[in-house]
Amino acid sequence: MFRMMRVLILSLMCLMLGWGAAYTGETIVIKGSTTVLPVAQAAAETYMESHPGVNISLSGGGSGNGIKALIDGSTDIANASRFIKGKEIKLAMEKGVYPVPHRVAIDAIVPIIHPGNPVNDLTIEQMSLIYQGKIKNWKEVGGKDKRIVVVSRDTSSGTYEVWEKKVLHKARVTPRAQLQASNGAIVQVISKNSYAIGYIGLGYLNRSVKTIKVNGIEASVQTALSGTYPIARPLFMFTDGWPKGTVSDFINFVVSPKGQKIVKKEGFVPLY
Amino acid sequence: MSRKFKEIIIKNVFFFFALVSIFILGLIVVFLFREGLPIFKVVSVKDFIFGNEWYPTYDPPDFGIWPLIVGSIIVTLFSSLIAVPLGVLSAIYISEIAHPLMKEILKPAIELLAGIPSVVLGFFGMVVLAPWLQETFDLPTGLNIVNVSIILAIMAVPTISSISEDALYSVPREFKEASYALGATRFETIAKVIVPAALSGISTAVILGMARAIGETMVVLMVAGGAAAIPESIFDSVRPMPASIAAEMGEAPFRSDHYHALFATGIVLFFMTLFFNLIADYISTKFKEVGSATL
Repeated sequence: MFRMMRVLILSLMCLMLGWGAAYTGETIVIKGSTTVLPVAQAAAETYMESHPGVNISLSGGGSGNGIKALIDGSTDIANASRFIKGKEIKLAMEKGVYPVPHRVAIDAIVPIIHPGNPVNDLTIEQMSLIYQGKIKNWKEVGGKDKRIVVVSRDTSSGTYEVWEKKVLHKARVTPRAQLQASNGAIVQVISKNSYAIGYIGLGYLNRSVKTIKVNGIEASVQTALSGTYPIARPLFMFTDGWPKGTVSDFINFVVSPKGQKIVKKEGFVPLY
Repeated sequence: MSRKFKEIIIKNVFFFFALVSIFILGLIVVFLFREGLPIFKVVSVKDFIFGNEWYPTYDPPDFGIWPLIVGSIIVTLFSSLIAVPLGVLSAIYISEIAHPLMKEILKPAIELLAGIPSVVLGFFGMVVLAPWLQETFDLPTGLNIVNVSIILAIMAVPTISSISEDALYSVPREFKEASYALGATRFETIAKVIVPAALSGISTAVILGMARAIGETMVVLMVAGGAAAIPESIFDSVRPMPASIAAEMGEAPFRSDHYHALFATGIVLFFMTLFFNLIADYISTKFKEVGSATL
C-alpha cells in the first residue's frame, strides 16, 4: 500500500514538473475566423522560427467564437473576418474587456461557378436575384438552359455576412439554397457541379473553379486594393486593450512588410 | 485491513464512479435547457417548432425549425428503409446460414464498418457518390436526400447487424431443434421460430440504428446539401437539425437569440433521441422472452 502511494506521488510530481517545463516559454493563444486562419498560421510559423522561446497556439472556430473567447479571456488574439458587433462590445464592457481591432489584410469575396459554365459576367443585381431565388435558370443571365443551384455559406459565417451586405443588401437568401460550412467545401461542391454558383474568399480560389466578373470587374489583388472590386472586406485581429509584449510584437510582425508578404502568399490582399 | 472493510471501499469507489458519470450527464442536460429555454421568451414554442422560416441572423429574425425537423425525420426514415433490411438480413445470414468460416470473415468485416470515421464517409458521399448520382440521374445536385440516406444507412448497418446478430444468437438451441423435429424446413425455422423469438432484440437494434442516424452530424453537414426548406422530391437538399447546429454555432454571438435558438434545436433533438431510446427500452422489456432466451 505504501509503495503504491510512493509511486503515485512520484508520478504526480513528474507530471507537475513536465507541466512546468512546458510553460517556461511564452505562449500566445489565437482563436477565431477560419478565413483569417491561413494567414495567422503561416505568420505564426514564420514568427516562431525567428523567436524560438515563443509558442503560438492556433485554432479556428469562427469570428464569433474568437471574439467570445477574447471576452471570456481564453485567447490573446481573436481573428475576425468582420468588425465586432454592438452586442459583443456591450458584453465585453460588462466583463471589463476592451477589444482593440488591428486591420491585418483585405479579403475579396469571389463568386465562382463550374469551369464548364459559359457565363462570365454578372452584375450585383443579377447575383442578388439569383441568391433570392428570383432568377432560377442560367439562360436568364446568358447561360445554358439549366436550373441554377445556389450554394451559400451558413448564415452566421463572416463570409456570408459580407455577401449579405454587399450583394444581397439584406434581402433573404432563398431557403432552397444549399449550405456549406466552409470555403473549402464550397470549392469542392462547385468544382463537381455544373449547375451551381457559390462564393468564397479570394484566398481559397484554385483552378478547379471559374470566377465570375462582378459588374465587369475581375476580382484580383489589384482591383480589391484599389477599391474598384465591389465585394471586399478588411480582416481583423482583436486584442484586449492595446497589446503589450509578445502579443504586440506578433501583431507588428503581421502588419510588417514581411508579414504582408505572407498575407499575399495566402491569396489575400495585403494592406500596402 | 479486514476483508469486509475492503469490500466496502471497493463498493463505494464503484458507486462513486457510477454517480459521477450520471451527475455529469445530468449537468449537460441542465446546461442544454438553461441555454435553450430563453429563446421561448422571443418566440412561442409553436412558432419555433412549426415555423417554416429559419432566418436567425436577419433583422427581424425568424426562428422556425419545422424544415429542419422534417429534414431530420425524412433522412432517418429513408436511411432506415435501406439499413434495416440490409442489417437484419445480414444478421440472419451470419448467425443462421453462413458457414462458420464465412462467419469468421463477415462478422469482423461488418464491425469494421462501424469503425470508419463519419467524416470519411461524409467525404466519400461528397466526392464520389454526389457526382455519380448527379450524372446518372441528371440532377441539379448530388447532395440530396438519397445520397445522405445511403451514407447514413452505411453507418447504421453495423449497429443494426451486430445487435440483431446477438439477439438471434441468444435464441436457445432447443427452439431450433424442436422446430426441426417437427419437420420444419430451415427457412420455416428461421422465419417462424428464430426471428420471432429474437424480435425484441431486433427491434431494439433497429431503433438504436435509427437513433444513430438522427443524431449523426458530420455526414448530414457534408452531404445533405443544407437547404432549410421542406423538400419536394427525394432529390432535393435538406438540412437536418444537427447540421444546422454544427454549421451555425461557431459564429453565433454568445448568448444571443440565435445561440439560444440553436440550443433549443438541441433540446428538440434530445427529445427525439430520448423518445427513440424509450421505445427501444419499452420493446426490450415488454417483449422480453421468458425462459432461457434472454437478451
